[in-house]
Amino acid sequence: MSQSDDPVDDDGERHGAGPALTRRSALQVGAVLTTAPLTGQAVAAPRTYPLMARPAAPGQTMKLGATINGRQFEAEIDARTSLLDLLRERFGLTGAKKGCDHGQCGACTVHIDGRRVASCLTLAAKVDGRRVTTIEGLSDGKRLHPMQQAFIDHDALQCGYCTPGQIMAAVACVQEGHAGSRDQIREYMSGNICRCGAYVGIVAAIEEAAGKMGRRA
Amino acid sequence: MPANDTELAGNVDDAGRMLDVVAKSHPQDSARLHVTGAATYIDDIREPAGTLHLACGHAPVARGELRGVDLAAVRAAPCVVAVLTAADVPGQNMIAQAFADEPLLAEGRVLFHGQPVFAVVAETREAARRAARLATFDVVQETPILTIDDALAAGTRVLPDYDFVHGDATSALSTAPRTLSSQLMIGGQEHFYLEGMIGMAIPGEGGTMTVYSSTQDPTEVQHITARILGVPEASVMVETRRLGGGFGGKESQACQWAALAALAARATGRPCKMRLDRDDDFAATGKRHDFRADWQVGFDDAGRLLAYDVALNARCGCSVDLSVGVVDRAMFHAGNCYYLPDATIRSRRLKTDTVSNTAFRGFGGPQGILAIERVLDAVAHATGRDPLDVRKDNLFSPGRDVTPYGMKVDDTSVLRDIVDELEATSNYRARRADITAFNAENGILRRGIALAPLQFGISFTLAHMNQAGALVNVYQDGSVLLNHGGTEMGQGLFVKVAQVVAEEFGIPLEAVRPTATSTAMVPNASPTAASAGSDLNGMAARVAAAKIKARMVPVASAHWDVAPESIAFARGRVSSGNKSMTFGELASLARKSQVSLSATGHYKTPGITWDRDKRTGKPFYYFAFGAACAEVKIDTLTGEMKVERVDILHDVGSSLNPAIDIGQIEGGFVQGMGWLTTEELVFDAKGRLATHAPSTYKIPVASDVPADFRVALTNRPNSADTIYRSKGVGEPPLVLATSVFSAITDALHSLRPGAQVPLHAPATPERILMAAESLRS
Repeated sequence: MSQSDDPVDDDGERHGAGPALTRRSALQVGAVLTTAPLTGQAVAAPRTYPLMARPAAPGQTMKLGATINGRQFEAEIDARTSLLDLLRERFGLTGAKKGCDHGQCGACTVHIDGRRVASCLTLAAKVDGRRVTTIEGLSDGKRLHPMQQAFIDHDALQCGYCTPGQIMAAVACVQEGHAGSRDQIREYMSGNICRCGAYVGIVAAIEEAAGKMGRRA
Repeated sequence: MPANDTELAGNVDDAGRMLDVVAKSHPQDSARLHVTGAATYIDDIREPAGTLHLACGHAPVARGELRGVDLAAVRAAPCVVAVLTAADVPGQNMIAQAFADEPLLAEGRVLFHGQPVFAVVAETREAARRAARLATFDVVQETPILTIDDALAAGTRVLPDYDFVHGDATSALSTAPRTLSSQLMIGGQEHFYLEGMIGMAIPGEGGTMTVYSSTQDPTEVQHITARILGVPEASVMVETRRLGGGFGGKESQACQWAALAALAARATGRPCKMRLDRDDDFAATGKRHDFRADWQVGFDDAGRLLAYDVALNARCGCSVDLSVGVVDRAMFHAGNCYYLPDATIRSRRLKTDTVSNTAFRGFGGPQGILAIERVLDAVAHATGRDPLDVRKDNLFSPGRDVTPYGMKVDDTSVLRDIVDELEATSNYRARRADITAFNAENGILRRGIALAPLQFGISFTLAHMNQAGALVNVYQDGSVLLNHGGTEMGQGLFVKVAQVVAEEFGIPLEAVRPTATSTAMVPNASPTAASAGSDLNGMAARVAAAKIKARMVPVASAHWDVAPESIAFARGRVSSGNKSMTFGELASLARKSQVSLSATGHYKTPGITWDRDKRTGKPFYYFAFGAACAEVKIDTLTGEMKVERVDILHDVGSSLNPAIDIGQIEGGFVQGMGWLTTEELVFDAKGRLATHAPSTYKIPVASDVPADFRVALTNRPNSADTIYRSKGVGEPPLVLATSVFSAITDALHSLRPGAQVPLHAPATPERILMAAESLRS
């Protein structure tokens, strides 16, 4: 194996000193993992690769305090972290999806203080002191939000990957007052790609939910 | 018909029994999970401790000799755990299905710009991606062959040319009263499955590997991963719960990423995840084949087709991949639903130094059909007849019902009825008159309308792939676990097959739990493709459920001491006369009676006899039919185009689930519309894909969908004995979007009646403008 000369970076201490920043590293045991040689004819025994934490980033961390889905939290984060990565990897809130990671598809849409944003293009640092709502926080866990119910009732989804982003964008679209007509909905939802093309159902769902959200408000 | 009409006629099975669960609109099994963000895709699975991440180093040129790669800086980069090259593959460095022409990691030669050359395995994805940029390539660049024209000039092929010869088109063309010939360029298409390519591998004891892959073909991922690792297939378990879109892109080409993850997991002993960055995904995965159709047609003064000769030049890219089937399907559909007395259908599978093109919804069929739809428009324009009349006069009819590949079309009346009905319900004639009057004013804005019929063959044309397996377990509380070889990618397969099982047991749909597709549960499955998912897996699941039911009946019969024939399963209960118990009570009783409540089912489509070498036999079990009427408005000063109204009448046989089917039709149409109007792939002179993100590659959004969009189902039982007489629906509706292309052609044609319209696909505003300028000059 060509990389076998020096598979492990020698200054493991540097790597081990980083803060537990992510869902991933939070799960790491932080100990050296040794792998027993594999049995079986065709399988070469792999070299042993100890676990490493991600590198420390001196001077690049910051304290963040925000409300996510109604719960207050404080944490030390890498200042370069995107809001999407913070939500998905630190909090396990995987409803918002990484579709294009360029703010072009809408799959990562969440709310900051009630306004829709592409969380992949938003620095987590920006939500300091603010209120973030994701798809997981849209309903109380028992009764669905009218928009969620309408998406089911109108078959407004197929593969489902864009659905959390569509719903968060849709709720904001209604709250902004941009759901007055089908044409307006079509225009103001045009930042969210549904590659399956379930747009007829999506627009119909928003139209219906807009009425219900209005009555509820 | 309203879009969500659930009260369709014909909700009975072949025996005339009313259906409880099938033929009704049920939401997808995961709908509630989707709307709450709780549906788990692979990137959402909580990663085991120590999971490593991969990123590839991609070839910086399109063609050349790869002398070596200096990876020192890559290895030295922070958090890098391993760097893998072709030399690290313990098995065979080969991901090609049959032709041994595409490696997992480049070796010796670069096949296309962006080809994976090495893989960095690091503690984080970001670290892996940063490190992957640090390599220095030693490549002797060569001039790449990039376009169809390049490949035709150089004579490069991935496979030998292959033709269907039906009658004698050459002499028929020479004697035809009128002839036309031209070329049509047909663009490719990026899948842009919203969930990019991803695979996660977890090494197990004794050389085993568990692989989570976003794939339409877990069996192929298993096969390729085992080959890469050099282990028996039984050592590799592949699981796929759902895909965030596939559209054909994850039929063969999901293997590479899963196999890389497995290779890294084998090398490091740690769980490894490969998730492609979107731009890399665009560059490194294949697309719909782009074509150049060179056609000649002979016809009479009434526009009746006499002879057709078409060469379908398909850009296959650097390897065969699925180009045997894709281009064959383009050939099978080269005549669409039209009778061609003499026809020669030629194909050239061109090799270029570009990413290997692959399956995309329709699998070549749309390209073959678009070409002949252009021909029908051209014939109509040449004869001065309404294109709809020319199309209707050339439809298959009794006695004129044999395709260029020799298959007789039995159900010719189905399509004729669809076209007649849609002509009436879309108010085609009145709108045509209105549009003619509008265009006669010689304005800048022009309107166009077209009604396009469709005939799409259902089955894998590779006969042995027409099979499926299922596993059904009934537990003692009466709940049912369902597993089959098909994958759920949004098309609603899981709910449809669950409906079939619920119907068989006479239990509510909620009692059936569909589970992740797994090579350990149902082995040797075919990919979920060819619009055959519910046909195949629905049948296999019904076979399995029927086996269990047949074992449960004697238990009830003995328990009550009644005749087995008197026992009925319905509404969650099992009854005989005035005796009754719940399905769960019978399941519990069966367990106590030492009766197995688990069964597998297997199904193979009957009567597929196609012999490719001899060009004889029947490639399709049946045809799906449909028609769409599209109206557009174009601005001949800017090229801007708007689809104003679309009416569709589509044949899904007796629908298993009308809401799901209508969703497939709407979505397929929108995707086809994107292919033909806005989605343009641009490669630069060096073979780099210039359109590698949604910023530069325009995918339809809500505002692009026709404001007036009417979709209806025929709901006429399939004459073939399919699952509850339904028909496959995944691919055919995409092709209905040819109506939009023809409507644009129609609008342009008004600029210079009688002329051939020089419009190529996709009909972007730029192309519409160029065609308008050309017609005006």
